Amino acid sequence: MTKVIMTVDDSTSIRQMVSFTLNQVGYEVLEAVDGQDAVDKLAGIDIDMMLTDLNMPNKNGLELIEWVRSIPKFRFVPIIMLTTESETEMKQKGKAAGATGWIVKPFKPEQLLAIVKKVLR
Amino acid sequence: MDEAGRFIEAFCLEAEDLLSGIEDAVLDIEENPGDQEPVNRLFRAMHTIKGSGAMFGFDAVSEFAHHVETVLDNVRNGTIPVTKTLIDLILASRDRITAMLAEANGDGPPVDTQEGEMIIADLTRLLSSGDVDSSAQENSKEVPEEISVPAAGELRNEVVYRIRFLPDSDILSTGMDPAVLLYDLADMGACSIVAQTEKIPDLENLSPESCYFSWDIILTTTKSVNTVRDVFIFVEDSSEIVIETVEEKVIAPQEVSAPRLGDILVERGDIDRKTLDDEFDTHKKIGERLVESGALTKEKLRSALTEQTVVTKMHKSSAASTVRVPSDRLDKLINLVGELVISQARLTQVASSRDDAELGESVEDIERLTGELRDSVLNIRMMPIGTIFNKFRRLVRDLSSQLNKDVELVTKGAETELDKTVLERLDEPLVHLIRNGLDHGVEPLEVRMQKGKPPRGTIVLSASHKGTNVVITIQDDGAGLDARAIRQKAVERGVIKESEELSDKQIFSLIFAPGFSTADEVTNVSGRGVGMDVVKGAIKFLRGRIDIDSVYGEGTKITLILPLTLAIINGLLVRIDTSFFVLPLMSVEECVEIRSKEIEKINGRNILNVRGDIVPYIRLRDHFHMAERRPETEHVVITDVNNSRIGFVVDHVIGGHQTVIKPLGPAFKNIKNVSGATILGDGTVALILDTNVLLETA
Repeated sequence: MTKVIMTVDDSTSIRQMVSFTLNQVGYEVLEAVDGQDAVDKLAGIDIDMMLTDLNMPNKNGLELIEWVRSIPKFRFVPIIMLTTESETEMKQKGKAAGATGWIVKPFKPEQLLAIVKKVLR
Repeated sequence: MDEAGRFIEAFCLEAEDLLSGIEDAVLDIEENPGDQEPVNRLFRAMHTIKGSGAMFGFDAVSEFAHHVETVLDNVRNGTIPVTKTLIDLILASRDRITAMLAEANGDGPPVDTQEGEMIIADLTRLLSSGDVDSSAQENSKEVPEEISVPAAGELRNEVVYRIRFLPDSDILSTGMDPAVLLYDLADMGACSIVAQTEKIPDLENLSPESCYFSWDIILTTTKSVNTVRDVFIFVEDSSEIVIETVEEKVIAPQEVSAPRLGDILVERGDIDRKTLDDEFDTHKKIGERLVESGALTKEKLRSALTEQTVVTKMHKSSAASTVRVPSDRLDKLINLVGELVISQARLTQVASSRDDAELGESVEDIERLTGELRDSVLNIRMMPIGTIFNKFRRLVRDLSSQLNKDVELVTKGAETELDKTVLERLDEPLVHLIRNGLDHGVEPLEVRMQKGKPPRGTIVLSASHKGTNVVITIQDDGAGLDARAIRQKAVERGVIKESEELSDKQIFSLIFAPGFSTADEVTNVSGRGVGMDVVKGAIKFLRGRIDIDSVYGEGTKITLILPLTLAIINGLLVRIDTSFFVLPLMSVEECVEIRSKEIEKINGRNILNVRGDIVPYIRLRDHFHMAERRPETEHVVITDVNNSRIGFVVDHVIGGHQTVIKPLGPAFKNIKNVSGATILGDGTVALILDTNVLLETA
């Protein structure tokens, strides 16, 4: 069955790049523009994985991760956060909120695929 | 436009929006200096420009935006006040980014680098004046961490790593499946994984959402230790991960003796040297002694043994040389070892009846040596199944062009070893099964297209070890078996009665009946109804089992379960009166008791109720016409014969028995329900029963 990945980012270009890269290898991608949008879109659907930015308006990445983890059906879903190298502290906070791992911006499509493969088999 | 170009365009549009947003935000801040919201907006805009810019190759823009972002972060935290200088600087930065983007896209004049440096210098000055912790800045400039797709971490030589992975019990709630990490390791090279189960609590204390396992992994790979460590990058903070290099293969192999088990255990820290020395004074295998004395768990031992095997193998392969020996010499050797095993069992029994410590000790030594001798002799005849797999690739290629189909053969587990005699006899049935899969299974191209299947068909041939058995599966993604058509055909041919109620599995097994074929036309390749019964015969001869799984329209999977060797089987030793019998353990599912009272209750019919399932049984005592002295409680060995459950009633179940098979002499060649005999420790003969024949003749 096609695996569904949600990408949450307020940057259109990043969302586009993520969607394109993942679509090409056969994943289905859902896009959300920020944390609140992700929460709204997740009502009534299942996803296999989530990629989320941390700095976003309305509901930031950490709040989103905490919310996702509080929903029983998403308790074990892998969540990868998109960080920049300067956010070592954020990485810790993200892990504490329940993120599975992270990917450092900037990343290349191959790196993104390697990370996805790392948590989603 | 190529994909990269499309992304760049998208980024530039986005950046334009963000930059105009910056202007608005700055004006808002000027109006309402106390308002946090526009500051946040400003920060996020810079953050996005920095992150996305780097993604799409605007490194200079990204670097510049980084400086502005750092200042804004401090504004957000309140360490830098909102002043006119700040606002001017931000506006200058904004204009500069616009100019940089324009230049990069070729529709603007080259930007003045000096101006940029000045802005950065001013920004930095703001930071230092704002009493910012300098270490925070250091931190922010730390070298980007390389994660994923690490720079070619390939080594020239193979290395054996010992990895101990103790995940945090909460690992699952971070969305990380530890099995995925193990798969990642297995992708790197030959990998043996031993699960440590000692931490698993009793059922009542067990939380299904916690992970109690830890794993010992022995990995042979050409990857560097950092590449191996990278597998655990997401879990290294919360889990205990120890990676050690055990062996490095050198180009010029020198004589190294295999590491001793005790040394491995001490090195791993599983036991200390003193415990080891204490145990060394005894004569048994050191590992077993340690487990018995409780100094070591079974899993820890198993994992250390795996390491020993891998390392020893590596030594061997570096100095591999072979000797060709005619196989009849080997057969003779195996026969002799079989005799030796029997004599030794007898010796052990005699020694145990005498209270002589000295004798007991030397007999124990012989027992150990005989066991090792048996294992290594049987090992000599072991050959990897891959040797016959290669032949099939050719077969599939030729057949598919003959049938005008596009079929790919995928083989897995080519390194699985099994006895040469078994392997030789396996050749023919496998050819039949693959042919069948190709001809009847995989549909013609047009049909596949119609059904929306990939045009290329796949046949997967895989082999693996399961206990003392080898499991071989042949799976195709073709049409699958049509249970109704088979049933109809079987009724037409008189194989079954119209009224018979059969499960799908039972119907599938009808295709093994002689002369049975549902193919309407006879093709060159198959369809004449010979073949499947040949397969059944061959597998039966090998004391194996066949299982069929099929989903109509999706494909068929045939599973062959075979013993590793023909010389010794795992049997279940049972007793009736004073006679002993052996049932092949492969088909045994469970043992239950029945009392004569219960038999009366069901009016003496040979039917048993096992947890709601009706299981018919055969009383071997009656079958072999043995004396009518039934014990009060009898035992029923429930077996799976041709996909139906059937019980065999015996007086007493003694237990598992490594059975050295001896053929019956030619005088008994007409006895069908006994497939051989074995000699027990006390010299008694036990007959090995053929459950298939017993069922047919009952």
